[in-house]
Amino acid sequence: MNAKSNLYRKEKIYGFLFILPPLLGLLIFTLYPMIYSIYGSFTDWDGLGQMNLIGLSNFTDLLTDELFHKALFNTLFMMLGIPIGITLALLLALGLNRGVPGTTAFRVIYYVPVISSLAAVSIMWNWAYNGDYGLVNQFLDLFGISGPNWMANKFTVKPALIIMAVWKGLGYTMLLYLAALQSVSRSYYEAAELDGANGFQSFRHITWPMVRPVTFFIIVTNIIGGSQIFTEMNIMTPTGGPEYASASVVFYIWQKAFGNFQMGYASAMAVFLGVFIFVVTLIQFRMNEKQSFDVD
Amino acid sequence: MTSRRRVTNSIIFVLLLIGAVFMIGPLLWMLSTSFKDKQDVFALPPVWIPNPFHFNKYSEIWEAGPLLSGIKNSVIIAVTVTAVGTFTSSLAAFSFSKLRFPAKNKIFLLMLSSLMIPYPAVMIPQFFMFSKLGWIDTLLPLIVPGLFGNIVMIFFLRQYLSSVPNAIIEAAKIDGSSYFRLYSSITFPLIKPAVAAQLILWFMGIWNDYLSPIIYLNSPEKQTLQLVIANFNATYAIQTDYPLIMAASIIALLPMLIIFLVFQKQIIESVAISGVKG
Repeated sequence: MNAKSNLYRKEKIYGFLFILPPLLGLLIFTLYPMIYSIYGSFTDWDGLGQMNLIGLSNFTDLLTDELFHKALFNTLFMMLGIPIGITLALLLALGLNRGVPGTTAFRVIYYVPVISSLAAVSIMWNWAYNGDYGLVNQFLDLFGISGPNWMANKFTVKPALIIMAVWKGLGYTMLLYLAALQSVSRSYYEAAELDGANGFQSFRHITWPMVRPVTFFIIVTNIIGGSQIFTEMNIMTPTGGPEYASASVVFYIWQKAFGNFQMGYASAMAVFLGVFIFVVTLIQFRMNEKQSFDVD
Repeated sequence: MTSRRRVTNSIIFVLLLIGAVFMIGPLLWMLSTSFKDKQDVFALPPVWIPNPFHFNKYSEIWEAGPLLSGIKNSVIIAVTVTAVGTFTSSLAAFSFSKLRFPAKNKIFLLMLSSLMIPYPAVMIPQFFMFSKLGWIDTLLPLIVPGLFGNIVMIFFLRQYLSSVPNAIIEAAKIDGSSYFRLYSSITFPLIKPAVAAQLILWFMGIWNDYLSPIIYLNSPEKQTLQLVIANFNATYAIQTDYPLIMAASIIALLPMLIIFLVFQKQIIESVAISGVKG
């Protein structure tokens, strides 16, 4: 054996050794539990007794479970915040990209909610939504509008959570757009200007197509994040809100698993959620194939 | 043309300013509430600058709940996980990027695709794994998985390492340097800024985490800061002691706010890069 292949053999061993911790972590804390979740979803697992296979009945129960339908509807409804957030963030980024004074300060201010603890801001917004003394209604009073008791009303609780989610995530989306805008070459705009394009036309034909991959990334990550929304509900509406109007899927899973010990049933919902996210991500990879990173 | 641009920029500046008020206003209101006495909290119209300032809630909170142990627990978890996890992650990123071994890319893709699996989909079996080990109501379930590394960090560092020329590594290999030395004395110093930015983001994520602590931690003195302040909210809202709740929440926000203000350049860059290239 020559020296080179000897070197390679050593490299093989060390190369593998160095990735062993994350690989083991993946097997123990993600893949094994995932398989167990799938198995559990076909059983009557209650966390204590035996696990009996009961076929698809957890899944068929989901079809008729009204609370699950509500939780699913609520989760999807709250995703209405995604297009709102994207529009606002893009406008902000366009504004900041012009080099107005105080750009750094604005970036920091808009980003502060992102780094703030979700638990703390949930507590703060809960108080802000108070019907009598909350900041939100006091603000609306300035315009002669008397606001509702936001968190206690089944029609306003979801919009209230959407407003809060947009506020919390705006800085992050804005930052991604800002980075994307800064990578668009000035020469495109100069060429468009020479051709007599107005501001809106250059936005439509240059900016928007150029930031498309980022828009797509934001949509997908927001759907994935939005489908796992939990903390806000747990803190602001610990019982799931008026008529269960603010319970999310993860909230319901958590309640069924750790409140009612219906582990099998909760696993079925978790599998449902996992498949949903898998499909969303798959669509992203398919649509983004051209720009996707290459391994090596 | 330029004067028109100046007018547009002024309008945009004013709009950004109004937006900034909406972003920061609720947090300032939270801060102001924490200094109020109970009556001022319910004053209409709202009092923005408390008169006089009451600092007593900031001394009361330490007695009112296990705030100190909450901070201690959050620090223990976040420091242990990020310290050890950053080591394992950067070592793996080095290996994925600069060493040759079979099935390397397949393993990397497997890891990447596991990012699709959401935590709620694995949390129930994980709970039983840790409960069999007797780890419920300890910090271990929140620490141990993180020690094995963080796939997002590995991905990011691997991308970053692709800009480090292979020639340096190859030369050192020929010189007979050990593989661990290649990592520790050549690669790691080169990727330090990327590591720092990722470490801060990870630290913040752990500090602000809520779902996994609420699953594992029951006793008040074992809970993390986020659970402690959530309990403050549940307990003291009934007594309408909002200054106390807000003071506790400010304490929960403050460490991350300080870290952010100190490292905002690195954090913002890191977020922008990982998002755009994501």
